[in-house]
Amino acid sequence: MTNAIRTEGLVKRFGGVTALDGLDLSVPKGTVLGLLGPNGAGKTTAVRILTTLLVPDAGHVEVAGIDVVAHPHEVRQRIGLSGQNAAVDENLTGYENLDMVGRLYHLGRARSRARARELLEIFQLDEAADRPAKTYSGGMRRRLDLAAALVAEPEVVFLDEPTTGLDPRSRLQMWDTIEELVRSGSTVLLTTQYLEEADRLADNIVVIDRGRKIAEGTADELKRQIGGERVELVLDAEDGIEEARRVLERVAVDEVKVEPALRRLTVGVTGGAESLKAVLDGLTELGLKVVDVGLRRPTLDDVFLSLTGHHAQDFATPEHSEPDRPGPQDLLKEAVR
Amino acid sequence: MSSLVMALSDGAVVAKRNLIKIKRIPEILIWTTMSPIMFVVLFAYVFGSSIEIPGMSYREYLIAGVFAQTVVFGSTFTGAGLAEDMTKGIIDRFRSLPMARSAVLVGRTGSDIVYNAISLFVMTATGLIVGWRIRTGVPDAIVGFVVLLLFAYAISWIMAFVGLKVSSVEVVNNASFMVIFPMTFIANTFVDASRLPGPLQTIAEWNPVSAVAQAAREAFGNTGTIPEPTVWSLDHPVAYTLIWVALILIVFVPLTVRSYNRAATK
Repeated sequence: MTNAIRTEGLVKRFGGVTALDGLDLSVPKGTVLGLLGPNGAGKTTAVRILTTLLVPDAGHVEVAGIDVVAHPHEVRQRIGLSGQNAAVDENLTGYENLDMVGRLYHLGRARSRARARELLEIFQLDEAADRPAKTYSGGMRRRLDLAAALVAEPEVVFLDEPTTGLDPRSRLQMWDTIEELVRSGSTVLLTTQYLEEADRLADNIVVIDRGRKIAEGTADELKRQIGGERVELVLDAEDGIEEARRVLERVAVDEVKVEPALRRLTVGVTGGAESLKAVLDGLTELGLKVVDVGLRRPTLDDVFLSLTGHHAQDFATPEHSEPDRPGPQDLLKEAVR
Repeated sequence: MSSLVMALSDGAVVAKRNLIKIKRIPEILIWTTMSPIMFVVLFAYVFGSSIEIPGMSYREYLIAGVFAQTVVFGSTFTGAGLAEDMTKGIIDRFRSLPMARSAVLVGRTGSDIVYNAISLFVMTATGLIVGWRIRTGVPDAIVGFVVLLLFAYAISWIMAFVGLKVSSVEVVNNASFMVIFPMTFIANTFVDASRLPGPLQTIAEWNPVSAVAQAAREAFGNTGTIPEPTVWSLDHPVAYTLIWVALILIVFVPLTVRSYNRAATK
C-alpha cells in the first residue's frame, strides 16, 4: 500500500528547545492516523512541517508522494489544513470565506461558488452562510474552518486538535463530521490530546512524547498494552470488601486491586457498561452499599504513565493541563483524612 | 498559469477580501474620510488666512499639498492591516494554500489604492466646496490624481515591509507617524520650499513629497503666478516622482516578499 504521508528522522529545534527529535511517520493512503500526545509533545510542529508552514532542520518529509521541502507549492495543491485556531476571516461571511479559499486553490469562479454552497450545506451552515463569521459560535467557526480545508477535495487532510476548546455537544458533532469525511476515503492526519477521540476516529495511533514516537498501533492494541477499562468502586463499610472482591472477580480480566484504607476496589474489565451493570447487580444481591462506583476509560495520562512512567501533565503547560482523575497526592490526602 | 498572472489574480482575491471589511465595518471608512475633510477645512481656514503665497491664493496653493500628505498617511493602512493579519489565524490558511507567495502583499497594497482613491475623492469634493478649483482640463487633472496614487502605492510597499518587521499595529502607527510627519512637512506641501532656511530648503526641494505636491499643483493649474522652480526635481516633478516610485518598488517589492516568506516559515 502506498503512503500518503511519510516522514523520516524529522527534527525541528526552536532555539534550545527540540520540538521534534527524529520523528518517523507513515500513513497509508485512505487511512486515518491519530497523532496523540500532550501539549508540547510536538504534534502541532509536525503538522506545520507537513503542511509547508515550517521547514524542518533535518529529515525527509513526503506528502502525496511529493517532497514537502523541495516542492511546497505542489504539496499545497493537494492538502487541506484545519488548525487549532479557526483560520477564517471574521469579517467575511461563511460563504465569502469558502469562495475565497476556492479561488485561491484556483478552482475558478463558478466551481468555487458551487463548492462553497455545497460545503455550507454539508456542514449545516447554510442558514448562517451570509452572516459574517464573527457572529458564529465556536463550534460553527470550527466547522467553517474544516469546510475550508475541504474546498479543493484534497488528497490529504490535516486536522490539528479539531475539538480542543469545544463544548461536549459541539465535540460530538465534530466527530460525526470527521467520520463522514473519513468514510469518503480521504487520508487524514489528526492530532489530539484525547485518547477517546483518537480511538473513535483513527485507524492507527502514534503516541508522541517530547518529539519522539513512543508507541504505535491500533486503538485496541494500545488499550491492551495499558490495561483498557477499569471498574472502580468505593464501599460504605470495610466489612464487605471480601464479598465485593468475589463479585468483581466474575468480570475481571486481571487481578482485583484492593485498597482497604480507602475501601476502594479496582479491576480491569472488557465488557464496558455491561461489566458495570453485572457488578452493581451482584452487589445489590448481597446487600452491599457503595458510596461511589464508575467505569473508567483509560485516559491519555494512563497511556503516558504506562508507556513512560511519568504523567502527561509533567510537561504540559499549566494553563492547558486539565484536572484529571486523582493522582497519588490526592489519594494520600484522602487516606489520612 | 504564469507567476505574474497568478500574483495578480490571487492578489485581486485578497484585495476583495480586504475591501469587504470596509463594507462590514463602515466606521473605518467614515473615520478615514473624516481626517482628510478635517485637514482641508483646517488648513484652508486656519493657515489660509495667515499664510501668504505671493501671486496666488494660499487656499488654492495648499490643497495639492493636503492631497499629497493625506495619501502618504493613507499608506500606513497597509502596514497596520498587514501587521494585524500576521497575528491572526487566517495567515496560516493563506500560507497553506497554493496561492502566489506575494498575493497577500499584492492584495493589501492593491486594496489600499482603493482606500486612497476614496479619500482623494472626498478631499476633492471638500476642496471644491471651500473654493478650490481645477483650472486645467480633465486629462491634466487625471495625471495629477494618478501621480498621487502611484506615489502612495510605492509608499504602501515600504509600510508593508515595516508592518512585517514590527510586532503590532500600534507600533506601525507610531513608527510611521514619526517618519511621515516630518517627511510631509519638510516639503512644499504647505509652504513654498524656496522660502525655507538653508539645509531645510535643500531637503524640501529634493523630498519626493514636494515633487508629488508640485506635480499635482501643476496638473490642477494651481500654480498662479509663483515663479517656476529652478531645481531639477521640482522643475520636472512628474519625472522625479516616477523615478522615486520605480526605485521604491524595485527595492521594496522583493525585500517585502522575502520578508513575508521568512515570517511565514518562522
